[in-house]
Amino acid sequence: MTEARRTVDILVVGAGPAGMAAAVRARESGRGVLVLDDNPAPGGQIWRGGQEHSPSARASSWFAKMAASGAQVIAGARIVDGDAKRQCLTVEMPDSAFEVSYDKLILATGARELFLPFPGWTIPGVMGVGGLQALVKSGLPVTGKRIVVAGSGPLLLAAAAYFRAHGAIVPIVAEQAPVSRLAPFASRLAKHPGKLFQAAALRLALHRSRYRSSCWAIRASETERLESVQLQQHNRVWLEPCEYLAVAYGFISNVELAVLMQCQTGAAGVRVNDLQETSQNQIYCAGECTGIGGVDLSIIEGEIAGYAASGRDDLAGNLFKKRDKARQFAAALESAFALRDELRSLADAGTIICRCEDVTRERLEPMRSWRSAKLQTRCGMGPCQGRICGPILEFLLGLHPESVRPPVFPARVETLLRQEEETRPT
Amino acid sequence: MAEMISLSINGVSIRVPAGTMVAAAVLIAGETMFRRSVSGEARGPLCGMGVCFECRVTIDEAPHCRSCQIICRDGMKVRTG
Amino acid sequence: MPSAASFDIAVVGAGIVGAACAREFAEAGLRTALIEAEAIGGGATAAGMGHLAVMDDSEAQFALTRYSQVLWKELAAELPAECEYLPCGAMWIAADEEEMAEVHRKQRYYSERGVPVEVLDTSSLADAEPNLRRGMAGALLLKDDSVVYPPCVAQFLVAQAQRDGATLILGRRVMRIDGNTAKLDDGSILFSDNFVLANGSSATSLVRDLQIQPRKGHLVITDRYPRFVRHQIIELGYLKSAHATRADSVAFNVQPRSSGQLLIGSSRQFGNEEAGVDGKIVSAMLQRAFEYMPGLKKLSAIRTWTGFRAATADKLPLIGPSPGRENVYLATGHEGLGITTSLCTAKLLGDLLLRRTPVINIAPYLPDRSYAVHG
Repeated sequence: MTEARRTVDILVVGAGPAGMAAAVRARESGRGVLVLDDNPAPGGQIWRGGQEHSPSARASSWFAKMAASGAQVIAGARIVDGDAKRQCLTVEMPDSAFEVSYDKLILATGARELFLPFPGWTIPGVMGVGGLQALVKSGLPVTGKRIVVAGSGPLLLAAAAYFRAHGAIVPIVAEQAPVSRLAPFASRLAKHPGKLFQAAALRLALHRSRYRSSCWAIRASETERLESVQLQQHNRVWLEPCEYLAVAYGFISNVELAVLMQCQTGAAGVRVNDLQETSQNQIYCAGECTGIGGVDLSIIEGEIAGYAASGRDDLAGNLFKKRDKARQFAAALESAFALRDELRSLADAGTIICRCEDVTRERLEPMRSWRSAKLQTRCGMGPCQGRICGPILEFLLGLHPESVRPPVFPARVETLLRQEEETRPT
Repeated sequence: MAEMISLSINGVSIRVPAGTMVAAAVLIAGETMFRRSVSGEARGPLCGMGVCFECRVTIDEAPHCRSCQIICRDGMKVRTG
Repeated sequence: MPSAASFDIAVVGAGIVGAACAREFAEAGLRTALIEAEAIGGGATAAGMGHLAVMDDSEAQFALTRYSQVLWKELAAELPAECEYLPCGAMWIAADEEEMAEVHRKQRYYSERGVPVEVLDTSSLADAEPNLRRGMAGALLLKDDSVVYPPCVAQFLVAQAQRDGATLILGRRVMRIDGNTAKLDDGSILFSDNFVLANGSSATSLVRDLQIQPRKGHLVITDRYPRFVRHQIIELGYLKSAHATRADSVAFNVQPRSSGQLLIGSSRQFGNEEAGVDGKIVSAMLQRAFEYMPGLKKLSAIRTWTGFRAATADKLPLIGPSPGRENVYLATGHEGLGITTSLCTAKLLGDLLLRRTPVINIAPYLPDRSYAVHG
């Protein structure tokens, strides 16, 4: 049941880099700010676990700015419903719920990993790259464990370095992108101000690991416990023993809340204008939910959204050039790690696509729409609400997910109950 | 050194540092199967960030708890499967 | 699709009613077309609970629903697993002694007509459904009531129709029907001697002066909690609220799915044609549900959705020729009983078209009675 009712000038959803930057700039502009995040602590996925797990100077500086800003942060707060007309969100806490009304809303809901199914991908021990990293940050020791890292994107290198730093053996990093695309990107990374150190650090950390391009996981040992993974590079196929397989193919934007609030989206994510404003009045969007661009772009977008939502368009405008540059980098990233067609045929007829409802590929192939797939096979009807299988179906079969219905995230039935109904005069 | 707390995983008591997530504690206890899928497959954590619902366990008799988003509490009783 | 295609009968709408009709006609050897604008079983069929209920609102409603249950029992053995046929029975809950009197009246009514029922007192009800609030006066158990997952049943019926030669035209909308031609939204023409409108409240776009109204409903589905609820459970107060034909109403109605999920309902609204979820009515609906089953509060809800029932003034469907247009048959206006009565609707229309003798009297459902009433 929704209890207390809060009102705030600027409500920020998501306490990752974009949300923190937005909150800090909005506070500096003199506005009251509340930040809601569904994780146990601020930092988002990239700075998960706070400063002790994110030793970068920039992370520390934003955590410090955040702490000094006076923005109120509520962690463990899950947004389950919202109403753009009434300008409010319904928030569920572990033991309670409340409604919060806002003057301006900044969505910084981030991204999640894209998983592509292959035989054996449902076995315990096969996890996301960021997924396993998050577990290690949450207290899972990996000392002496063999971890194969596979998939695509710069996170593979960063995560491999992180696992090694925590004592794991990373025998191989399998990147699906070809070297012909990676080499130009690497030189670009090295040239990019602020990324040189990152690039060098990654290379150094990985000097004992093998980094393979045009290489991907085709099968995990189909037992109840992961023992090995079958990798393929060109015509060669081999078994790599491991205790964990960390595999993900980049990221996709978390647009569900924005869609619920009737913000327009495009192929990349939520559509925004120069000031990070969405198609909905009073709603801004910043960071990965507007398209995958990395932490630099997320911070800049967050700052712009924070200024713009506070009426400081002038300060926001000063950051446009910086954002353009970060966007160019994001575009280069996207083309370097573009997914190859072969990945569409990794899943065989019997491979499960929807893990909540155990729907196999062969049952989905005949479906002509996401709606039919849902109705006839239950695909996407489970608690993840299609967050995992939706992007897969889009990649494999070209089916586009349908509209979002409340609750936008599974919620206690009692949370759907509104104690008071506020009606605004129209 | 972090303070240690104890909880039980499938009836077996373990001690973990305060702040450890339930998902990590389950793996520390040697359990890889967090739940059975609707067709009976063994499943464990996938996304690590509360989205995929694969790491669900029963905590203090409440089913469908996402173990990757819940911090261990002293005396907690966790059941998998 | 060839524009010169010619059929004996063309069914508009592949919801469960249209699918059942197509199957009935194709099986009887008619050249049958089934036209669906969107997804099979994607309209009211997907929005409802899938409770196969016997009802006693009127003799005509009883005859239709009871005959339907017989047909469902025959079909049950053939239904594939994904249709989730669950012969769980239904319980009408009496909160107090006044409602208990109604339980006894219903018991007599159904027993006289050969429907297997059982009366539960306070303690046997508590044993049968431990998550109901304590202290309910009792309940009437309708043993033949059951539950299905309607979209998959619709798909199954369509596949059977296709097996018997029916042509499925998916993704095309019928814009108008003139004589023996139907104009589709891609400009093509379909020829058919007869048409059946099984497109719920959308039938009004093809036949003028049709006396049906969309009646909006909401449902909530939870995660899996096996055995939390064992029967379809409906409050007897439902009779009061569901029968009000004008005001918005809610009633406690919860259903166990074979998956272990629970469907929580129900609401009825007239004059609201917006498909969005209405937080106010959901609140009222859940408040009612919590009064009967407080344990629902803590369960995890996965989705809420809405749908539109095609309602008639006398709460009976429109089955038969459309007045003034002898070759356009109606199979709509089923309100909340479309899933239950789909098979029976198809059977009765088949009887009419093939001049067979119907098992039950069709007169109460003929559309001209509605025109007689409403002018």
